[in-house]
Amino acid sequence: MSASAKAASPPAERSTLSERMRKTMKHVKRDKWLLLMVLPGLAIFILFRYVPMFGLIAAFEDYKAYLGFFRSRWVGFTHFATFLQSPNFLQLLRNTVLFGFYKMLFVFPLPIIVALMLNEVRINWYKRVVQTLIYIPHFISWVVVASLTVTLFASQDGVVNNLLGTHTNFLANPSSFRAEIILQQIWKETGWGTILYLAALTGIDPQLYEAAEIDGAGRWKKMWHVTLPGIRGTVAILFILGMGSFLNTGFEQLLLMLNPLTHSVGDVYDTFVYDIGINNGQLSYSTAIGLFKSVASLILIIASNRIVKKLGEDGLY
Amino acid sequence: MKKKKFHFSHTLFNGVNMVILLIMGLTCLLPFIFVIAASLSSPEELIKYNFILWPKGFTLDSYKYVLCSTDSVARSLVVSVSMTILGTIINLAFTSFMAYPLSHSNLFGYKVIMKLVTITLVFGGGMIPTYLIISAYGMLDSFSSVLIPGAVSAYNLIVFVSFFRSLPKELEEAAKIDGCNDLGIFFKIILPLSTPLLATFTLMFAVGHWNSWFDYVLYINDGAKWPVQVILRNILASSNSAIGDTLMMGDDYVPPQDVVRYCVIVVATLPILVIYPFLQKYFTKGLTLGSVKG
Repeated sequence: MSASAKAASPPAERSTLSERMRKTMKHVKRDKWLLLMVLPGLAIFILFRYVPMFGLIAAFEDYKAYLGFFRSRWVGFTHFATFLQSPNFLQLLRNTVLFGFYKMLFVFPLPIIVALMLNEVRINWYKRVVQTLIYIPHFISWVVVASLTVTLFASQDGVVNNLLGTHTNFLANPSSFRAEIILQQIWKETGWGTILYLAALTGIDPQLYEAAEIDGAGRWKKMWHVTLPGIRGTVAILFILGMGSFLNTGFEQLLLMLNPLTHSVGDVYDTFVYDIGINNGQLSYSTAIGLFKSVASLILIIASNRIVKKLGEDGLY
Repeated sequence: MKKKKFHFSHTLFNGVNMVILLIMGLTCLLPFIFVIAASLSSPEELIKYNFILWPKGFTLDSYKYVLCSTDSVARSLVVSVSMTILGTIINLAFTSFMAYPLSHSNLFGYKVIMKLVTITLVFGGGMIPTYLIISAYGMLDSFSSVLIPGAVSAYNLIVFVSFFRSLPKELEEAAKIDGCNDLGIFFKIILPLSTPLLATFTLMFAVGHWNSWFDYVLYINDGAKWPVQVILRNILASSNSAIGDTLMMGDDYVPPQDVVRYCVIVVATLPILVIYPFLQKYFTKGLTLGSVKG
């Protein structure tokens, strides 16, 4: 059988090839309008997502704007080595990891708690009013949030200082800076974060609650055995996404809130990259740091997806 | 049928729960009420009070100063409004145009295109390479740098694709039999059916453009092209009593720095607060729109 197949193969291959070409042309012709519609968007993805990925080779070069990507001197992993040995590395690592850790510890679980609290409210209009209020900050730009914070907290005779009877600039104090950043994030995003959990909560079959009630379960038992299992999948997905952005803690927010007094505790990879890349013009070095961080983020996503799958939940992919 | 038993602990729990939620709600609202009230108060009255929720010594002088005696804020508002409108249209056009073909999984090249799109969800060139490329394209200091690169993003595209996929296929087939081509189907059948999606994303894109700040900082140096968010940031960063040199027009009345800041915060926030009722209605729906199954 194999011998005959081999003997027949050359002409057969040629015919399938031309046939495939014909099929492809037919396929393209059938989809010509659709393909034309895809083109502008595809061009955006290629020009502004994939070409910059190619631009990452600047991390391995001594990139000079007038020489371009092709003629700049190749230096391999020099920039990575310099960065790993520099004192900045440990400081940035500490700040970034601490922000990410605090975020997963405080900012991540709060929407779950608030959603559960909202779920316990039996008066519908009251629930709606609270929801309306706590969603507001999500739509406000970081610039406005930073301005509000500065007006309320920073000035010596600002509102908060007056209320507390103190005269301190809260935002210039390195020891409380991280807590302030985390509180800002909590204020801005907790309300909005409840939406996905509330949607998951409405998806829980009411019969489960009735059955639990018949079995004599009280409020807490119902929450533990019915409500929480009902939102486990949502928690898992949001956990993976949260881990993916573990190292991306509030770039815009930090850029707006950092001042010379708080750089030592608040500088993270992204703000550092911006500072030395755009402000100081160390393009290759900053590209290398950015790449280092992207790869670390990618590893975190893959790892947390594995963990979540091991725990028996559906992963992200 | 149902016997409601009143337990003291239940009532207490409900009461405490509701009070905590109300406090959280007020924390989100009161700063804005304060800023609006303070921006409408006269500076002399404002000094006497600490925290106000209603204007004291009502006056519009500070707004007059911010909007009329200075050209930078008024100009930045024109930029913000036009970029919001233009940017939203571009986002809607690019995203829906690309998403409709991809809702047909038998499209030529479907798998490759979808893979290209999904990869950008988790990996990208990063800030500096993107900056270098955009500068190589000669787009620095041009509005195109803040409008075009973000015209379509993987996440929004995927939501659009799954929405289009959820629409009934029979209509398309009927139109095809009647001799309509794909473009005609898209404009005459698909778009009219997609108003919930388009409404949601019109608002979402508009909020994004109105709030946009960093793209302008990164790509645009020309002060005449700055939107109100950048101006607000600059006022915040400047320690002088006036907004900048353009603002000292030699007029008589110059309100204190705090009051100027209040006014600009209000101006930069008000459009959002005005459309907020619509935002809430569509956004909560829109967030779960993508998970609609066909």
